[in-house]
Amino acid sequence: MTQATEQVAKADLRDQAGREAAIQVRDVGLGQALRLGLLGGITTVFISAIGMIEAFAGRIIMQPFLTLSFTALLLIPLVFGYLAGKKPPEVEGLTRARTGPRNVLAGLLAGVLTGVLTGLFVLVANAIDLRDIFIAISPRLLNILTFDQSPSSALVLLVLVGGVLGALGSLVAIAPGRWRRPLLGAFLWTLTVGLLEGVFQQVLRGLRLEAVNSFLFSPLGGLEPAGALTIFVLVFALYVVLERRRGSVSARLEAMSDRERRRTMIIGVVALLIVLAILPQIVGVFLSEVLVNVGIYLLMGLGLNIVVGFAGLLDLGYVAFFAVGAYVTAVLTSPSSPFWAPQLTFWVALPFVVLVAALAGIMVGTPVLRMRGDYLAIVTLGFGEIARLLFVSEWLVPYVGGAQGILSIPKVTIGAFEARTPPQLFYLVMAFVLLTIYVSWALKNSRIGRAWMAMREDEPVAEVIGIDIVQAKLSAFVVGAVLASFGGAIFATKIGSIFPNSFEILVSITVLVLIIVGGMGSIPGVIVGALVLVGLPELLREFSEFRLLFYGALLIYMMLKKPEGFIPAKERMRELHQEEMLQDSWLRETEPYDRETPVDARGRDPDAGLI
Amino acid sequence: MALLEISQLTKTFGGLMAINHLDLHVDEGEIVSVIGPNGAGKTTFFNIITGMFQPDEGEIWFNGHNLVGLRPNKILELGVARTFQNVRLFPNMTVRQNVMVAQHARTHSGLLAAILRTPGFRREEEMVRQKAEETLAFFGNRLVGYRFDQPAFVLSYANRRRLEIARAMATEATLILLDEPTAGMNPRETIEMTQLIGRLRDEKGYTIIVIEHDMQVVRGVSDQVVVLDYGQKIAEGKYSEVAQNERVLEAYLGRQGAQEHAAA
Amino acid sequence: MATLTKSIRTRINLERINWITVVFWTIGIVSLVLIVWGSFNSITSGRLSAAQWRDLIVFGLAQGGVYALLALGYTMVYGVLGFINFAHGEVFMSGAMVGFFAASALDDAGMWDNQPALSLLIVLAVAMATSMLVAVLIERVAYRPLRAAPRLIPLITSIGASFFLQYSFRGLFGAGIKSYPQMAALEGSFTILGLRILKSQSLVIAGAVLMMVGLYLFVERTKTGKTLRAVAEDKEIAALMGIDVDRAIVMTFIVGGAMAGAAALLYSLVFRQVSFFTGFFPGIKAFTAAVLGGIGNIAGAMVGGLVLGILESVGPSLVLAGFNIPAFTQLKDVVAFLALVLVLILRPTGLLGERLAEERA
Repeated sequence: MTQATEQVAKADLRDQAGREAAIQVRDVGLGQALRLGLLGGITTVFISAIGMIEAFAGRIIMQPFLTLSFTALLLIPLVFGYLAGKKPPEVEGLTRARTGPRNVLAGLLAGVLTGVLTGLFVLVANAIDLRDIFIAISPRLLNILTFDQSPSSALVLLVLVGGVLGALGSLVAIAPGRWRRPLLGAFLWTLTVGLLEGVFQQVLRGLRLEAVNSFLFSPLGGLEPAGALTIFVLVFALYVVLERRRGSVSARLEAMSDRERRRTMIIGVVALLIVLAILPQIVGVFLSEVLVNVGIYLLMGLGLNIVVGFAGLLDLGYVAFFAVGAYVTAVLTSPSSPFWAPQLTFWVALPFVVLVAALAGIMVGTPVLRMRGDYLAIVTLGFGEIARLLFVSEWLVPYVGGAQGILSIPKVTIGAFEARTPPQLFYLVMAFVLLTIYVSWALKNSRIGRAWMAMREDEPVAEVIGIDIVQAKLSAFVVGAVLASFGGAIFATKIGSIFPNSFEILVSITVLVLIIVGGMGSIPGVIVGALVLVGLPELLREFSEFRLLFYGALLIYMMLKKPEGFIPAKERMRELHQEEMLQDSWLRETEPYDRETPVDARGRDPDAGLI
Repeated sequence: MALLEISQLTKTFGGLMAINHLDLHVDEGEIVSVIGPNGAGKTTFFNIITGMFQPDEGEIWFNGHNLVGLRPNKILELGVARTFQNVRLFPNMTVRQNVMVAQHARTHSGLLAAILRTPGFRREEEMVRQKAEETLAFFGNRLVGYRFDQPAFVLSYANRRRLEIARAMATEATLILLDEPTAGMNPRETIEMTQLIGRLRDEKGYTIIVIEHDMQVVRGVSDQVVVLDYGQKIAEGKYSEVAQNERVLEAYLGRQGAQEHAAA
Repeated sequence: MATLTKSIRTRINLERINWITVVFWTIGIVSLVLIVWGSFNSITSGRLSAAQWRDLIVFGLAQGGVYALLALGYTMVYGVLGFINFAHGEVFMSGAMVGFFAASALDDAGMWDNQPALSLLIVLAVAMATSMLVAVLIERVAYRPLRAAPRLIPLITSIGASFFLQYSFRGLFGAGIKSYPQMAALEGSFTILGLRILKSQSLVIAGAVLMMVGLYLFVERTKTGKTLRAVAEDKEIAALMGIDVDRAIVMTFIVGGAMAGAAALLYSLVFRQVSFFTGFFPGIKAFTAAVLGGIGNIAGAMVGGLVLGILESVGPSLVLAGFNIPAFTQLKDVVAFLALVLVLILRPTGLLGERLAEERA
């Protein structure tokens, strides 16, 4: 996205041999700064008009007045100023970037323009009542935007504040790395703590550190200024100290022998299990509930990861399998199941859940066997909707309860242990999640895993190599369906009753977003994706209204910038950035007699698979 | 003894007859080159044999089985493997994985075995791994050692071709179809490839059909040469016979060119 | 004839039938049997009079007209860029929403009832302009940078764009349902050749046909249309011929958006209720229509749309009622989705055949 306006200045540089070298010197583009300012203004107006600012006004990040809305409003000129002031990319030996007052000017410009646009918006909104059309432009919103001043003075204020913040942002952008990174890190962490005060307060309470709690947080909500400052300074210092030892962790892992590495991993896993075991006790009931939901989505994410990430089948109707799991569990275990109520226990019912889910997987997988990627996506989407429509239809009411759903689903019990409270449910979910992680790993490194990968990369060639595509696709669907059905089964017992409107396309899309954002095909990625994309909206109620908006924006952003996800699988990183990798390998490898000839002009295999 | 017997193979795309009543006979252990001008239907021919296209007419008898109508993976199971004109590896899988996956049809561990990590599964994995490394060793030092774990797309062009051949070998085929294996190679690499093709037959016993444009290669490897033009076989026989054949010269050089060549 | 039997015989080589083909044939045959059986039951049971059947068909035509216009957008983008523009449903919805505000304003000013033709034209212009704007915006922001990416990435992007737009509109204009004002001039019906048509329906059908004819002429007769067809056929060669491919692609989106805007108005005249969610189902069904007719094929989109509209309207009463399924009208969406699945299994190239850009081998 950033294209610096090139001002080519031939700088005389004498290298060691004393020859003149012409190096392009690039300056920050002011035109670009204006564009960024425009974008910043549009962003501010947009999030105001859709009601986000007003929704965020309730949450206080830091006393006495720094609400989430203020933070958002202030962040925009900061961020765009940062982007405007960033120095253009340098290529060693070819271009050099100059940093100086011009960068700050760029940031200032961007910030000012943002402020101007916001101010204009305020003026217009004040003059004309647009509330009939744009429901979110309320007087309250205008108060927030104008800092409770009159619109005209607000304009001046916004321009000033915008300019200052923009300049500040650009200063951070041009700061040397070893100061910039700690600054950004400290800032982000402080913001995170303020935002997730509920989580941090709970954890501190759980660890019996009440004193720290009352120091950091205010009883009125949000951080105390002193607390915020302390966190900022501490994290800053931490980053500075760790700067020295940057990269040493991964380097040390690489350097270890296989045996040592395996031992470290085992220790890591054991430590993780211990943490998981005591986690519900520390974080309390509410957060355990959140974690249970995260866990259920994680379970589904891992399942969909196999279908989409390993096998390359874009299933957009995944919620159908989730629903199947929930409904089969409900029918088999609940005494008030309409048609047939055998009232089995959860564990006795589970094999039947697996069986029906597997059948569902085959039923969905068979029609789509010969379809190409995007058709498969739409058809599976259709199947997901068909499932919901059938479950809610009057026709099937005698069997599945229609819109009334099925109630009185009993809890899961193992001997004396009953999974009723959130912490207990957490252990149940975690058990299934751990099982699923193992299954994912086991399948990935196996004959079928390789077959899936080959099929994903190049289906016709995979078939010619001897892979039975039908079997491969159907197994992917079956495994995915079974895992989703586990999620559904736990969901059913957790809530105790199920209704068709819990099985909307929203669920399929959420699961898809979380594996894409986390990283398709990558198991740690899915875990992070679930935590962030499911956990955050639960913790921050203000976000839940805008959830799908965020998901949509996130999907677009990820596809444009980072299609491999934030924690990518090794293979995917390679796949989507092949050009860059090829260049690197060209530099690194020295083969005396093999010519490096990329397959096509851009080094990409033109016949490589779809995802 | 005939390994591959093709009779009256015909394939039409829209109005164009890509393969026109083609007959071919290949004996076990033979190396047959298929040559002809561009667009003569050679790659289509391979596509049909391997099941990627279905012919309109004709039969393909391989080892007592009619290949027509079978799915490509079934054909592979029967023993026919191929490489591609434009090298279609699995670019993001490692070198070793590319060769391991080729043994899919010869192994049978399923989902459950993989999940439970049964002793049978473990044994099979180890065997597949070994076999892959052995197959790669056929190419000398090029594709071994640190190469095993490199993603396929970092390989040089010549190495990619070798990897593709390794992949075809690992399928435990009896017949290998090589589609322009020396395209894009420099003279040294071409000579190496020619020798490699010979070794494939001499050391490993494969029967090979090669599509080629480089006549040095054709002369160097072939027991038999088949010439296609507009989907029809216009000549067949030893290289020396075919190289003088009037119709072949006409196909490559045009009528005038052929006459000039004859005059020279 | 001889070649036909011979090729069938090669394909149905009795030893070689794999079970997938069997399954597909079974699905096809069973579906056909069920459809015929159910239809037979419904018709002979006499539950619906002939007039009622005709009403359903006319309604189906109107609905189909909307689907056809929407399907054009999908089919054109798919033909040129090779992926499903999921967000096209929201392009439609945006036209409908903004059109609503225009219609409200006109109603408040009294023009809606007093000057219906002018009002409709104004709202049409507003809806089309909005839809075109949204379409171009999405192309510029979300799709253009991904021109060279593997085809599923723009698909996922379009899913993201779809939800982003839906919920932006929800935030901007609220989650409530907005009802277009009733237009006096469109109330009531008239009868042609024994067919009873609602005035609104007649307008929709006429409008849809008009737009389709207009588009057809545009694509076949104008220079821009020729450019679009060239780019749809082979982008690279078109570029080599001196065509500005970027501009052609933008033009494709503009035309698709215009069709969607028109569809939005027509939809609103028949169904009258719009909300941020209005684009979702019509979007999927319009894509179904495009596939039904043959993706990339403009005539196919039109035919597919009309066929789907009628299928959806008549289907439940015809087939499902024949099996005594209660509340079968609830399941009309199921009928539409099942139509999609059946088409893609049994005749994936659609009724009139696909027309896709050249695949570079």
